[in-house]
Amino acid sequence: MEKRSTGFWVLTVFFALFMLFLYGPTITIGILSFQGEGGGLTFPMRGVSLYWFHDLFQEQAVGDIWGAFRRSFALGLMVMVTTVVVSVMGGLAFRKRFAGSGMLFYLIIASLVIPSILISLGVGLIFNQFGLKIHWATSGFGAQLTWTLPFGLLIMFAVFNRFDKSYEEAARDQGATAWQTIAHVVLPIIAPSLIGVGLFGFTLSYDEFARTLLTAGSYNTLPLEIYGMTTNVTTPVIYALGTLTTIFSFGIIGVFILTVWIMGKRRARLGSDAGKGV
Amino acid sequence: MQILKNRHLAGWLQAAPLTLILLGFLVLPIATIVIVSFWQATEFSIIPAFSFENYEFLFGSAVTGRVFLATFRYAFITWVFTLAIGFTVAYYLAFHIRSQSVQIALFLLCTIPFWTSNIIRMISWIPFLGRNGIANQTLISWGVVDQPVEWLLYSDFSVILAFVHLYTLFMVVPIFNTMMRIDRSLIEAAYDNGASGWQTLVHVILPLCKPGIMIGTIFVVTLVMGDFITVRFMSGSQRANVGRLISNDISLLQYPSAAATAVVLLCTVLITIAILLRFVDIRKEL
Repeated sequence: MEKRSTGFWVLTVFFALFMLFLYGPTITIGILSFQGEGGGLTFPMRGVSLYWFHDLFQEQAVGDIWGAFRRSFALGLMVMVTTVVVSVMGGLAFRKRFAGSGMLFYLIIASLVIPSILISLGVGLIFNQFGLKIHWATSGFGAQLTWTLPFGLLIMFAVFNRFDKSYEEAARDQGATAWQTIAHVVLPIIAPSLIGVGLFGFTLSYDEFARTLLTAGSYNTLPLEIYGMTTNVTTPVIYALGTLTTIFSFGIIGVFILTVWIMGKRRARLGSDAGKGV
Repeated sequence: MQILKNRHLAGWLQAAPLTLILLGFLVLPIATIVIVSFWQATEFSIIPAFSFENYEFLFGSAVTGRVFLATFRYAFITWVFTLAIGFTVAYYLAFHIRSQSVQIALFLLCTIPFWTSNIIRMISWIPFLGRNGIANQTLISWGVVDQPVEWLLYSDFSVILAFVHLYTLFMVVPIFNTMMRIDRSLIEAAYDNGASGWQTLVHVILPLCKPGIMIGTIFVVTLVMGDFITVRFMSGSQRANVGRLISNDISLLQYPSAAATAVVLLCTVLITIAILLRFVDIRKEL
């Protein structure tokens, strides 16, 4: 191995500083959420306590944090499942290069670049005009899909562009039907990427603010609730809530990454019996 | 079953859920915004009409120009910083990290914040930048300043800092992606022909990274131009951009006026994207 250059060490320091920039603030509010009872929003710490976490579980003067959490969690799951199913179907469709697929592709890109507030405003206006009730599970759900689906589809495009078609041909040659080929060959091969799509679906929905702002109706999702708190809560309780949901997000991300990792291990172990014959 | 053998029909069937969702929650809402932008509003209700009143007001107001200019300025400054930082980080990960598992681990570290809440990441800057925050306490204890610096929080500085904090990874990921696909023998060839490390970077790696840079640029520019919450929160409502103009109108229930501003914003964003797309074929990059 060649010796590391000065450039490497300079860049390592740069990268370390970037990590500090990326995670420093999150760690800071993590520490401050253990602020003592009389402490404020900034350092110094006035003792160390779980007071503000405890406070979260008390009746709040305004809002309904736990209700908002339950709604965000349910909405996240709904968006996740829909994103995975629709993205896989869309990905399969685009492999066929059907007439009009180019236009649909640009619609997907448009969905990605059109400012969130326009979606929020537009969906809100439509529901109002048609006299439909604005609710997080209907208008909010649809508005969030316009943000999660493009990510899911871009991942599926990348996956299918690298997909080795000879597996499908082999399955067909051995007499598998179209459905069997999909269910027993294609889906298992792309499964780790589907978990990635699921991760995008859930987390982007769980943290979405702008698209739900005008489409959630009378019941807030968690990001809306937290935003509401920033205007009228001036105690570290908001840090405690921020820390808890960040830990929750890290947990979810960890579960997804671990699943992909275990799948990779299993596949490496069980995937091929080459060289084990004689 | 015979009918499913037609690839166009089968393709549209499989793409039907996607198409319906995009029609219902993207095309229809945008069309509604365009229609409503020609309507009129009184204090209590909105009236279907066909008038250019909203646009006349919008283009007649001196505020509009200033706010659009501010929006472009935020987008440009954020772009410069996210590109510089994102390129450097991606370069480090792609060319200096030799172990693949370390590479994956560090790359994940860069992307994990994307899957957490933007609002909380903005809130996290308060204890750092505030009047009695860590930054000011440090500066005072080092004797750099006597008085707390006031422009750290609730200023253009904090707005741009938050943008860079939130969106740099939109640069890192696509640039890293294109860097990983650069044929390493090209770099060896450059070295063999006597190019220095810097020359290789500027004349070989940088041009090959252009697609990644363009994709990152599209993300950062559209996110910043369409933003309203970062500007509102990080400037303590003291700065404006187009998104805030729209959200203010919405909170005053002036939907037609909000819709007209939204249409102008949409056109601006789409024109910007159309220009950027001339430099990159996204379908080829996936």
